[in-house]
Amino acid sequence: MEPSSTPATGTAKSDAARKAEEAAEKEFTTMSGKPIKARYGPEDLAGDAEVKIGEPGQYPFTRGPYESMYRGRNWTMRQFAGFGTVEETNERFHYLLDHGQTGLSTAFDMPTLMGYDSDHARSLGEVGREGVAVDTIDDMEILFQGIPLGEVSTSMTINAPAAILLAFYVLVGEQQGVSSEKLSGTIQTDILKEYIAQKEWCFPVEPAMRLVTDMVEYCTEHMPRWHPISISGYHIREAGATAAQELAFTLKDGFTYVERAIERGIDVDAFAPRLSFFFNAHIDFFEEIAKYRAARRIWARELKETYGAKKPESMRLRFHTQTAGVSLTAQQPLNNIVRTAIEALAGVLGGTQSLHTNSFDEALALPTEEAVRVALRTQQIIAEETGVTNTPDPLGGSYFVESLTDEMEAEAYAYFDKIDELGGMVEAVRQNFPQREIGEAAFDFQRRVDDGEFTIVGVNQYVTEEEDVPLLHIDPALETKQVERLAATKAKRDSAEVETALAALKEAAAGQANLMYPILDAARVHTTEGEMIEAMQEVFGTYTETPVF
Amino acid sequence: MTAATAEPKTDRKIRVVVAKPGLDGHDRGAKIIARALRDSGMEVIYTGLHQTPEQIVETVIQEDADAIGVSILSGAHMTLVPKILELLEAEGIDDVLITVGGTIPNKDIDDLKAMGVSGVFTPGAPTDDIVEFIRSGVKDREL
Repeated sequence: MEPSSTPATGTAKSDAARKAEEAAEKEFTTMSGKPIKARYGPEDLAGDAEVKIGEPGQYPFTRGPYESMYRGRNWTMRQFAGFGTVEETNERFHYLLDHGQTGLSTAFDMPTLMGYDSDHARSLGEVGREGVAVDTIDDMEILFQGIPLGEVSTSMTINAPAAILLAFYVLVGEQQGVSSEKLSGTIQTDILKEYIAQKEWCFPVEPAMRLVTDMVEYCTEHMPRWHPISISGYHIREAGATAAQELAFTLKDGFTYVERAIERGIDVDAFAPRLSFFFNAHIDFFEEIAKYRAARRIWARELKETYGAKKPESMRLRFHTQTAGVSLTAQQPLNNIVRTAIEALAGVLGGTQSLHTNSFDEALALPTEEAVRVALRTQQIIAEETGVTNTPDPLGGSYFVESLTDEMEAEAYAYFDKIDELGGMVEAVRQNFPQREIGEAAFDFQRRVDDGEFTIVGVNQYVTEEEDVPLLHIDPALETKQVERLAATKAKRDSAEVETALAALKEAAAGQANLMYPILDAARVHTTEGEMIEAMQEVFGTYTETPVF
Repeated sequence: MTAATAEPKTDRKIRVVVAKPGLDGHDRGAKIIARALRDSGMEVIYTGLHQTPEQIVETVIQEDADAIGVSILSGAHMTLVPKILELLEAEGIDDVLITVGGTIPNKDIDDLKAMGVSGVFTPGAPTDDIVEFIRSGVKDREL
């Protein structure tokens, strides 16, 4: 810099004054574009603040679902894993459990998510790529070999064919001598967000909703420790939604499942305590924390006042968090460790019940073992070194956080009104309303990044030469191995039994019966996932999206 | 096709097929690119999700496309892209600019380029760079 040898002229402003003026003109916003004021104070707390904020573990649960929060029990460290064949994934499960992970989480490959068997023409090149391939009960048995299903809790990320995968799991439990009543875990099953964001479907919306309700009914009767739906904002956010859109669409999906179950005649207090949520943890720290707190308050109020829940457990929203995959950059991948740590901390300060931290190499490929270990260690450092777990909701009462929570809540209600005007969530999805809103937000965000309005370190600022990091390579031979195993299962099973089971499934699909029972019967005689899906598609039809951009 | 027999393309808008092969539903990038190309004055045909290589090549032929942008985030790029290239070749199409976007490791980028892909764009690529690449790439082919 030049030494200040030139004297300032009388008209020039001092540096400090000019900076203050610039700061006054500059717009400060959250990542979602929400304006942030220069300061927050007592005037930002709403009149009924004490009631709205409340106490941890008490209605409206703004401060957390439990009184003692992490003093009582840490969140479950649940790293999502799955790739290649069931043998590789089973090995990764054992690795994670050996390193102190406390719950399992299964990623299935794209064919499994779409209801195609590994030997289907559409599965070519996709088997075991983005998750593990499971075609029959035989695969599920190997996937959980050596893992006592009565002792671990398992999460399964699958939606359209969820009922089939749940049936496989129940039967593997039976083989291990663990009855369905004792199985604990979560299956995603959130089909509405598939049409909205993740786009893995098998049937049109209505029959898909029936299948979801069948599962809720089955689990309410037979699986008291199981969460039959994990109502998911994660994918909505990844598709480009703002924080408020994630909040609004996810909760509205949740209300829709509640309405369906009540229409089915199930008592709200019999199933609502088993519903759980799954939110994203993006990089705007306080916006995320406000989102979780608003979610708990809205859910509690609506379950109590709109849906007539009596039990506090029905009103108490519990959620899983995953750090934002979309915030990871392919450039300077080690920076992702820092992003993930900050996002994970937001999830923890927002009161999450379980957490997945992404690995730093995931903008490039599925994670290596080393990258997964660093991600798990990140959670362990937050839990055991930082002291943030010492008291529930440490940010409760912050003028800024409470004000942001109120704003999130108001934005969500504005969306609820719009969706109701369209005739509810199912109708809004059919009309592409949430899809269009998300597309707009994604495009707008990309524009801000391209224009340099929003900084992404290593991408549009502080760019350096790239260095390669070692990546996980998935052997294409695994696909052949899986196809061969499927052929072996098909060869050894009794095909007459399979035919009978499929005929029964079709008949049930055409009628009103709960589909879980014929699905369990079919799974038991080694019917494949693809065969069951096709049988149901003959009755239900398929789904094609009208894309909007 | 050669420039002599084909209708002159210079006067018309650049036609781009944005294609989403494979079973994954990650369409955020494809839709952003489709919209950016359209906003820049090109004709954009977006195939929608879950397309087979056959369906994509069919669209390229029907739409008489100048360029194709294939978006893949499922890890199946080394199976699906060669298949698309093979089908294009079988149809005698050699004047279409081929670009690929998605989660693609560096090693695979080199292999894809060796096969005939003109440009590969990974997460973080500025939208304007992609639009410009397609515009100048299509122009170069017409000369």
